[in-house]
Amino acid sequence: MKPLLSYESIQSVLKDTSPGTTEALAQEAAALTRQYFGRTMSLYAPIYLSNHCSSFCTYCGFNNRQKIKRIKLSLTEIQNEMRQVSQTGIENILLLTGESYAMTPISYLQDAVEAARGHFTGISLEVHPMETDEYRALYRQGVDGITVYQETYNRKRYQEVHLGGKKKNYDYRLGTPERAARAGMRSISLGILLGLGDTAEDLLALFQHLRSLEKNYPAVEYSLSFPRLRQIKGQGLAPQTIDDIAFTKIICLARIFFPRVGINLSTREPPRLRDHLIECGVTRMSAGSKTSVGGYTLADPSAQDPQFDIQDNRSVDDILKMLKQRDFDPVFTDWRPIPNI
Amino acid sequence: MNIKSERLADTVNRAGQTDPFMVGGKVLSSRFLMGTGKFKNKAEVRDCIRASGTQVVTVALRRIDLTRHEDNILEYLPPDITLLTNTSGARNAAEAVRLARLAREAGYGTWVKIEVINDSKYLLPDNAETVKATEILAKEGFTVLPYILPDLNIARALVQAGAATVMPLGSLIGSNQGLRVKDLIQILIAEIDIPVVVDAGIGSPSQACEAMEMGADAVLVNTAVATAGNPAGLAQAFALAIQAGRQAYLSQPPGPRPFAKASSPLTEFLYNESTAS
Repeated sequence: MKPLLSYESIQSVLKDTSPGTTEALAQEAAALTRQYFGRTMSLYAPIYLSNHCSSFCTYCGFNNRQKIKRIKLSLTEIQNEMRQVSQTGIENILLLTGESYAMTPISYLQDAVEAARGHFTGISLEVHPMETDEYRALYRQGVDGITVYQETYNRKRYQEVHLGGKKKNYDYRLGTPERAARAGMRSISLGILLGLGDTAEDLLALFQHLRSLEKNYPAVEYSLSFPRLRQIKGQGLAPQTIDDIAFTKIICLARIFFPRVGINLSTREPPRLRDHLIECGVTRMSAGSKTSVGGYTLADPSAQDPQFDIQDNRSVDDILKMLKQRDFDPVFTDWRPIPNI
Repeated sequence: MNIKSERLADTVNRAGQTDPFMVGGKVLSSRFLMGTGKFKNKAEVRDCIRASGTQVVTVALRRIDLTRHEDNILEYLPPDITLLTNTSGARNAAEAVRLARLAREAGYGTWVKIEVINDSKYLLPDNAETVKATEILAKEGFTVLPYILPDLNIARALVQAGAATVMPLGSLIGSNQGLRVKDLIQILIAEIDIPVVVDAGIGSPSQACEAMEMGADAVLVNTAVATAGNPAGLAQAFALAIQAGRQAYLSQPPGPRPFAKASSPLTEFLYNESTAS
């Protein structure tokens, strides 16, 4: 079953309450995933370098109005985190910061990337949006991938929830994947924050955005993420609830429309759901993640508020065991760090 | 693997001995080359190698885990196998060249499948960049097996560049659609003197057999085997189909005819005066 790439068609799939529809989507998504990715699953882990942020996004626990303990790791602390993560076998690392151009400038990121090169074969960044020449510099230093979510493609909704900082600028954020692609980045990850806007509308816009990037920058390996918005402490924002059924359908739709595109699933989803969704479209999952700054090595990470709470607390070894039991071959290395020129 | 499949693999190999397949100075008896991606575990790759008798397997250098020593694909390969590292992930000639050199430095030999893909949606090879990479690597002593879209001019350029084979796709990689570009491959078989190995899109033994019957020198399969219900069983079926196709090609089958062949000739009287009335 392949619905049309239209608002009505996506909306009707999401609204359809029949279990048969969900199953049909899942079967189609599973067949496409096995055809194009086989029974392999790429693994990655995040390292949070800093929670300083100059933007005010109403839904985010790191926003500049939150009274949280702000931490930025020193280079030694970064090294410690990396050593700890690399000992688990993880080779693909995602380095994250809040969006603070002043606290985590490109020079800080470059130091972190240089350190990461000693431990990992694949390095991606989820940090504040940058200019093409800055991405180019990071690429040449060894960054392979950029993750940047538009959060919602609806301009009005975007303005309602992004109240301060550079992230207020919808168009600058929208142009970010293209700037990263022009810089030569090997992989780019796009996403929407489910629950923020109208899901069908955001999905359609995300898919159209991806189609246009595919046409203009065909060499890039794209992947999609669908983080679900959760209530944060002290915020009145009541997110729309995307239940597990809708979430599963969204993953399946992404796979059906984009058979070769990677689909990421983080530890913010619970084990039971993750273990089942690896059959229906997911191709990359994080494992053993800590989502607070210094979470792998600092003395008392529980004193901190993470960006989001982890629901899958299993270790990398546990995830490996689960994958093998379910007949998946875990993939740690996806690339050789040859110099990016 | 059971005894029966061992015997079948032996049969496949013995048949090859009278009709050797030469690549880069190496004599191969099996014309079935196998890819190692997409398998559910690495033991299954080893079972497929044993069951099919394949002698050349291609491994993506980017997927070889150099630091973790547990569960490394290379540990599952028999010692006498020829390792064909591939440059999967390379987007241009320069990246392919760097990967090939890295493979050689890491001790993985000098056989390299050039895979330059600049299109993450269809995974179509970039022929022009492939020629450039082949030229550089062949000069450096590599045995180069380039993966291409079937194009006679490109294939000729690859011969000039020192390629050991040309490896045209049969259809989109991973698609199992068989020989969608059959006529173009047929032209390569007719005109190119180095081995022609059909590399991608072969989804069933009958399709592999068809490629061999038309004169391809070998077939490389990955997705169909890796994603089969019984990979080792299918790998063996591919090896046998490839052997059958080769034997059929060598035996010059009569080929189909659009109309019935008259069993009573119509013009024999012109040449044989004794033909009645």
